[in-house]
Amino acid sequence: MSHVHLKEDIAKALFVAAAGISILAVALICVFLFANGVPAIAQIGLPEFLFGTTWRPANDVYGIFPMIVGSIYVTAGAIVVGVPTGLLCAIFLSRFASGRVAAVLKPGVELLAGIPSVVYGFFGLVVMVPFIRDNMPGRGLSLLAAAVLLGIMILPTIITVAQSALDAVPKKYYEGALALGADHERAVFRVIVPAAVSGIMAGIVLGVGRAIGETMAVIMVAGNQPAVPGSIFDGVRTMTANIVLEMGYAADLHRGALVATGVVLFVFILLITMLFNVIKKRGEMK
Amino acid sequence: MGVRDLNLYYQDFQALKGINLEFPKNQVTALIGPSGCGKSTLLKSLNRMNDLVEGCRIEGEITLDGRNAYRDIDVNSLRRRVGMVFQQPNPFPMSVYDNVAFGPRTHGIKSRADLDAIVEQSLRDAAIWDELKDRLKKNALGLSGGQQQRLCIARALAVRPEVLLMDESTSALDPISTAKIEDLVGELKSKYTVIMVTHNMLQALRVSDKTAFFLLGEMVEAGDTDDIFTSPSDPRTADYVAGRFG
Repeated sequence: MSHVHLKEDIAKALFVAAAGISILAVALICVFLFANGVPAIAQIGLPEFLFGTTWRPANDVYGIFPMIVGSIYVTAGAIVVGVPTGLLCAIFLSRFASGRVAAVLKPGVELLAGIPSVVYGFFGLVVMVPFIRDNMPGRGLSLLAAAVLLGIMILPTIITVAQSALDAVPKKYYEGALALGADHERAVFRVIVPAAVSGIMAGIVLGVGRAIGETMAVIMVAGNQPAVPGSIFDGVRTMTANIVLEMGYAADLHRGALVATGVVLFVFILLITMLFNVIKKRGEMK
Repeated sequence: MGVRDLNLYYQDFQALKGINLEFPKNQVTALIGPSGCGKSTLLKSLNRMNDLVEGCRIEGEITLDGRNAYRDIDVNSLRRRVGMVFQQPNPFPMSVYDNVAFGPRTHGIKSRADLDAIVEQSLRDAAIWDELKDRLKKNALGLSGGQQQRLCIARALAVRPEVLLMDESTSALDPISTAKIEDLVGELKSKYTVIMVTHNMLQALRVSDKTAFFLLGEMVEAGDTDDIFTSPSDPRTADYVAGRFG
């Protein structure tokens, strides 16, 4: 009897330790970010830091407004590209694709999720950027390139989450629609998709989270000028890019300002995660 | 509506064997029999819901107004003309109004005034207007099971069907809701031909004009409900309605 108890206690301790490590990791990151970032923000001044449009470390001027706008623009562009494509793909996979087509498409989508972001970036740099340079205004390294590339990168997230939401819609809704004389398309788009909308939204929010945090691929194609872009053909620098590009040689207040950029990014991700949880809860309540 | 020499197969399994049956207009026909006897299968072939079952194949003829339901009538208009209420209430996860309006909208009715009129009339016909008239914008999933089922009846009526199929539509409901739906069926037959599958023999006796008894894919006997229950001609029918098996 006590032998069994001992085993259970050990197992329990192991699980608690494992859970504790994840929580501890989050807590440590928080502490590090805020301990290093907040003093820098205080020294620069919160309004100057968030809304200053000039980033010039050489003169100790740290305004990250262009980077905040850059992250938002790039993410919005990724949504414009990725959401319609991903959603239609999920609907197709869930309700239209025959067994054999799905057997090819599904692993394809999974493969898309497994490609390292530097490889995406390389693809963007070698294929997309020259294409934009040759056919459109600007130098190719642009908001447009970053948005399209990110749009492709968030496809697997959106497709997978949206598809499982669509697959989970009870069969009785579909049958009910058909029994009223609706054809397959109408039943899918007017009954099944609305029934899955909270799951689909969750997929989109997760995609947004991924897009705003993506770094490597964006750096390779976005141009990285720390200025608010005037058009989609201009270069853009995101918050993530800002940190990576300058962390290697930054010191003192410059370094603090970069950590503070991380704090702002962290707050963005926090908001997105909260939005995700709200949507999920609302879906469960229905 | 009627079926002639109907054989139905799921893969190699023959689920219906040589069924001949007429469903008289403006009457309620009950299909009774033990589980697996083919009564639900027959019901589902009347509006071609069996098309969704892989490997389902039929021989013989199903007719609506003298026309072949599988050859001469487009499947979507067949399903508009032959409505169905399922065993489990299945309102869509949208408002009461949108549930009822779904069918009419599917068939091209867009005018708000027309839709309002149809929604009200359908809910009245399903005897649930008074309960729901102040909750038209509320999500239908918040209704009780009995209300959901009557909403589903209203939804089926909204496309003005000629025939209404009910697949054990009270088996998931409490006795009070069941009684309400039975009363409703009695009223509906003045406008519609009703065909119901039921496990509950007392329900068949209470509600239906005609009864057909099925056993192992065959139709043993059909006729006036009173005759089937009081003086069946086949001993198997007599055993079943007396509750000796099933």
